[in-house]
Amino acid sequence: MEYTILILLLPFVSFLLLGLAGMKLRPAVAGAIGTAVLAVVAVLCYATAWEYFAAGRDASGVFPTLVPWNTVWLPIAGDLHIDLGVLLDPISVMMLVVISTVSLMVHIYSLGYMKGERGFQRYYAFLSLFTMSMMGLVVATNIFQMYLFWELVGVSSYLLIGFYYTKPAAIAASKKAFIVTRFADLGFLIGILVYGYYAGTFTFTPAAATLAAAGTMIPLALGLMFVGGAGKSAMFPLHIWLPDAMEGPTPVSALIHAATMVVAGVYLVARMFPLFIGYAPEVLHWTAWIGAFTALYAAVVACVQSDIKRVLAFSTISQIGFMIVALGVCTSDDPHTGGLGYMASMFHLFTHAMFKALLFLGAGAIIHAVHSNEMSAMGGLRRYMPLTHATFLVACLAIAGIWPFSGFFSKDEILTACFAFSPVVGWVMTAIAGLTAFYMFRLYYGIFWGRENRELHAAHTPHEAPLTMTLPLLVLAAVTCVAGFIPFGEFVSSDGLAYTIHIDGSVATISLCVAVAGIALATWMYARREQPVADRLAERFSGLHRAAYHRFYIDEIYQFITHRVIFACISTPIAWFDRHVVDGFLNLLASATNGAACLIREMQSGSVQRYCIWFLGGALGLTILILLIC
Amino acid sequence: MIKMEYYLVVSTILMFVGIYGFVTRRNLLAMLISVELILNSVDINFVVFNRFLFPGQLEGFFFTLFAIGVSAAETAVAIAIIINIYRNIRNIEVKNLREMKW
Repeated sequence: MEYTILILLLPFVSFLLLGLAGMKLRPAVAGAIGTAVLAVVAVLCYATAWEYFAAGRDASGVFPTLVPWNTVWLPIAGDLHIDLGVLLDPISVMMLVVISTVSLMVHIYSLGYMKGERGFQRYYAFLSLFTMSMMGLVVATNIFQMYLFWELVGVSSYLLIGFYYTKPAAIAASKKAFIVTRFADLGFLIGILVYGYYAGTFTFTPAAATLAAAGTMIPLALGLMFVGGAGKSAMFPLHIWLPDAMEGPTPVSALIHAATMVVAGVYLVARMFPLFIGYAPEVLHWTAWIGAFTALYAAVVACVQSDIKRVLAFSTISQIGFMIVALGVCTSDDPHTGGLGYMASMFHLFTHAMFKALLFLGAGAIIHAVHSNEMSAMGGLRRYMPLTHATFLVACLAIAGIWPFSGFFSKDEILTACFAFSPVVGWVMTAIAGLTAFYMFRLYYGIFWGRENRELHAAHTPHEAPLTMTLPLLVLAAVTCVAGFIPFGEFVSSDGLAYTIHIDGSVATISLCVAVAGIALATWMYARREQPVADRLAERFSGLHRAAYHRFYIDEIYQFITHRVIFACISTPIAWFDRHVVDGFLNLLASATNGAACLIREMQSGSVQRYCIWFLGGALGLTILILLIC
Repeated sequence: MIKMEYYLVVSTILMFVGIYGFVTRRNLLAMLISVELILNSVDINFVVFNRFLFPGQLEGFFFTLFAIGVSAAETAVAIAIIINIYRNIRNIEVKNLREMKW
């Protein structure tokens, strides 16, 4: 399966071609090249998945971990070396399929969405770069390669958020995203170094003896790695960059900030899962609490946002919280006794990538039609855009967890795992699932039903998107409808053995009831033209409403801490020290030299007669000196 | 007979007069004459030391004759230079010789 290296190389070649020669190509040609390369990559990914899973399990009943391509890139000392390679195991193959599918859909969609934009070729170059880095991240053979590609996805995310570089908001958002994730990656890097030092290797499978000897350092390393993952996956309190990242083009939000890059943190925890479960279960449970809090926080905030992309951004944060919780509630690596969450998390990652990409692409089609992100410009769009309406509804039902859409199955597994861990977590997550259904249908009704902005629509009649944009919607909607029936446990499970998913009747009933209740509430409050209940509630709880609308002032707190505390109390004194003490010392040296030069400059007059006097004086002085001494 | 010290005193005075003239005069010809005075004082020293300390030998006299010859040649060169300077800037004051200073 050596051809798997092409999955990384082809998008890279396409990136170089479009990045270096892109401006010489016509936009349509550049888009066609990028999309064609991605189509080839997608075919390669499907072939890899087919071949990998068709090859079957080995004697011990697990899918073997293959390394079809590997090279020592940076030998450090002894056994410690950094490799670059391709590692295939069930979760990396699953991720390859997810990334290539969503990426291909986004490439096709962007042909329509980005048509006529300035820098169309650059856009496709960045998309190729992102795809390459994300693929490299998931097939990493060791934690350091993962880190390298991790940073590369960060860079491509930065470049794409700031794609409209003439917009100040986009520039600020791209900087914010880069700095926040970079700050979190500092923890990741320290974690990797600690891990490399104590485990003696950067691979994912160190010797058990060295791990046992390392004691508490391994949990520390894993905890620090999770900090990096939390930054990338927008866990509270490092989530602040993701809502702002919506300043980028909408297909980019779909690809990077919903389906693939932001789940890198989940993937990281899943990748390190054997170590977490074996050596640091308490760290794993901490991540569950962080994930649960993030899911709750984001769901509450999503209920009151008016920008449709922000609602989707917070819903993404909330869903990633679900995945992290599912991983965190694992207590063993046997899916039958406490290890179900691993499979549930990966399953949810898979289904979420599809329906969230669908939601974002649908939102892109809507924005394309009404030229605004605000819900106030929408309402009643179902009559103008029937196709978008239908696919968006499918995605909403999936994320709300309604049978038979894919979200139902994966969310049900997550809730089952949560209930198995602790009823408290189970009920909290069930409540958040209900909240999810509520805010998604608030969004749905706000866009397609509810108060229609008739003046705006009369002035500019919204129209259905072109085929390049609706085709990806239809494909993703079809996937969303059937993905739930994939026997996911047959492919991915915490111990690698086949696991048959069975729906827990009571949990499924509870989650369905809660989801239906959420939808019903949203229908009651938001479906009609007049929305007295919603307005009255917003008025009654105006403080809470305003706080949630401002995302509970987390950004303001960051602003306060960075500007008033860090900048004012730490950075300013350090800057003062640098300018006045460090620079001052060097300036002193320079000015002392300069002053001495001014003093003796008089002697270098160029007048021979004056030299003669100096010479004579010196000779006389020496003579007197010698006479005195002798 | 005149003692050696008297000759040396004359030579010393001659030399310091020459130095004084060299550092104070601003005229190239005057400076040249001052240099000649210094040279002459050295010549006197040579002769006197030869005459009083090494009476049977002639090295001092030869040095003196040699120095006179060299100084004559040097004077010829210097005066040629001074004439050229005069042709260029129409005087021979040192303070006006700035052409090649910077």
